Amino acid sequence: MSLEADLYQEIILENYRSKKNRRRIESATLQAEGANPSCGDDLELFLSVHDGIIVDAAYDGVGCSICCASANLLCDSLHGRSIGEARSILEGFKGMLLEDSVPEFADDISDLEAMQGVKHYPVRIKCALLAWNTLEGLLDGVQ
Amino acid sequence: MKQSTFYSPSSSGLDLSELRAQFPILKRSMRGKRFSYLDNSATSLKPEMVIAAEQRYYTELSANIHRGVYEFSEQATVEYDQAREKLARFVGAGRNGSIIFTKGTTESVNLVAYGWARKFLGPGDELVTTEIEHHANLVPWQEACKATGASLRFIPVDPDGSLRLDELDEVITERTKLVAVTAMSNVTGYMPDLSRIIEAAHAQGALVLVDGAQYVSHHPVNVSSLDCDFLVFSGHKMCGPTGVGVLYAKNEILEQMDPLIYGGDMVTKVRRDQAVYKPLPDKFEGGTPNIAGVLALSAAVDFLSEIGMQRIAEHEHGLLEYMVERAELVDDLVSYGPTELGVRGGIFSFNYGDVHPHDAGALLDQEGVAVRTGFHCAQPLMRVFGVTGTVRASVYLYNTTDDIDALIDGLKRIKDVFG
Ligand SMILES: Cc1ncc(COP(=O)(O)O)c(C=O)c1O
Repeated sequence: MSLEADLYQEIILENYRSKKNRRRIESATLQAEGANPSCGDDLELFLSVHDGIIVDAAYDGVGCSICCASANLLCDSLHGRSIGEARSILEGFKGMLLEDSVPEFADDISDLEAMQGVKHYPVRIKCALLAWNTLEGLLDGVQ
Repeated sequence: MKQSTFYSPSSSGLDLSELRAQFPILKRSMRGKRFSYLDNSATSLKPEMVIAAEQRYYTELSANIHRGVYEFSEQATVEYDQAREKLARFVGAGRNGSIIFTKGTTESVNLVAYGWARKFLGPGDELVTTEIEHHANLVPWQEACKATGASLRFIPVDPDGSLRLDELDEVITERTKLVAVTAMSNVTGYMPDLSRIIEAAHAQGALVLVDGAQYVSHHPVNVSSLDCDFLVFSGHKMCGPTGVGVLYAKNEILEQMDPLIYGGDMVTKVRRDQAVYKPLPDKFEGGTPNIAGVLALSAAVDFLSEIGMQRIAEHEHGLLEYMVERAELVDDLVSYGPTELGVRGGIFSFNYGDVHPHDAGALLDQEGVAVRTGFHCAQPLMRVFGVTGTVRASVYLYNTTDDIDALIDGLKRIKDVFG
């Protein structure tokens, strides 16, 4: 078990460096901020939802590689999905990190599984979950 | 990355291998590598004799103090009182000041914020602090100001995190009632000229609280010649146990202050509706104190005094110079704090390229190097530096140039991952 194999895999580093979803959506219909006070990570999450479908998702802010990679993957995985689907992806992701459950993500979002190694590093789990917890808050507000 | 030969550990005269042998945890490895502990600003490692003193209380005394009439209780009481005297001598407190045991720096500051500030401050009064403080020496004052209507002012800070003492007169005025300032920044190791601040404050009739959490564990201190009114520090940063700390204050001030904790042990007479409090220092130590912790802290003071605080300071300064010299040869390393090392203790905060401190720390951990990452409970100072966090390496008496080499060499692994 090495940090490079578990955490700093190429796929995670790519998502960390990616600027695709790292932006603000001025016309977002849902928006929330999330922070991890102990490490200073601080993100804003933006969703554009039309007719129950997430047509755009983005995040902005500061965070470590794990935090940002996870946020980028989150945004990618939500594109074109319904609120209901978003809820089940969220559940799957949190279960993967917190409950050791075996993830069953659709093929086009199986990159999310790359985050699995984070569960071996307890202090980093909260980095990986920041964007997802923020999403949870957003979805809880949607009927 | 070139090796420097600037500093040799023997130049301070410390026998490092003999010293290190007294710290059991240094025999451990971390992540399978030599354990390089560079997080001394967060807490220090403990020598055998301190661990033994803590344990001895439970195996040989285990009695409450100031209560029992039996031998073990009597002995515990005597040793507890001797510990207080030892701490008083350690910081140079004369007859006019007292040592109050608390659970740490944070509680000591709060004791002054509640027992003194909330009692004596009012609208129109000013409390002066700085943007380089640990949150422990800032948040209690924010709250005290809210509660009393006093206002909080700040000694201006330069971009390198040093204080602009030339502008003291503009901030410390006849409205100032208290100046609360650190003796050593826990982020940069910067040590402001306290004498100058204390002189300016006293000239206006204001009191001065010195946060010694970082300073006292690494340098000789004499509160009598410094003439500060309060000094606060923590046992766990000076080879002592967690859960015990100190408030030193002048007696004339303590006499007027209210306790923070009310209850048993701090009273002489209790009736249905009121109570009479014990004289100093007991009135500030309500409840059963951390007796084992106090006795172990006393052992820590013996340990440090035996080595000599001046030698410890010199050893650490050598390590700081070595660290700065090696770091200067690393591309993309940005460090924070005054470049004049004469005003700094053994703390080195930096960022490496655009790697997030958390990622840098996680990779250094893989090399057996323990550093702190984040904002170090000093968010206002992070704003001054325009960063959200730093990597911080801080040294103590048992560190060697090997620890610093491990840190600097460990940066290579970070570069391999983050390019
Ligand atoms: C300068 C400074 N002040 C105050 C504190 C708080 O000390 P404690 O957590 O022991 O109460 C610290 C500890 O990190 C510190 O470095």
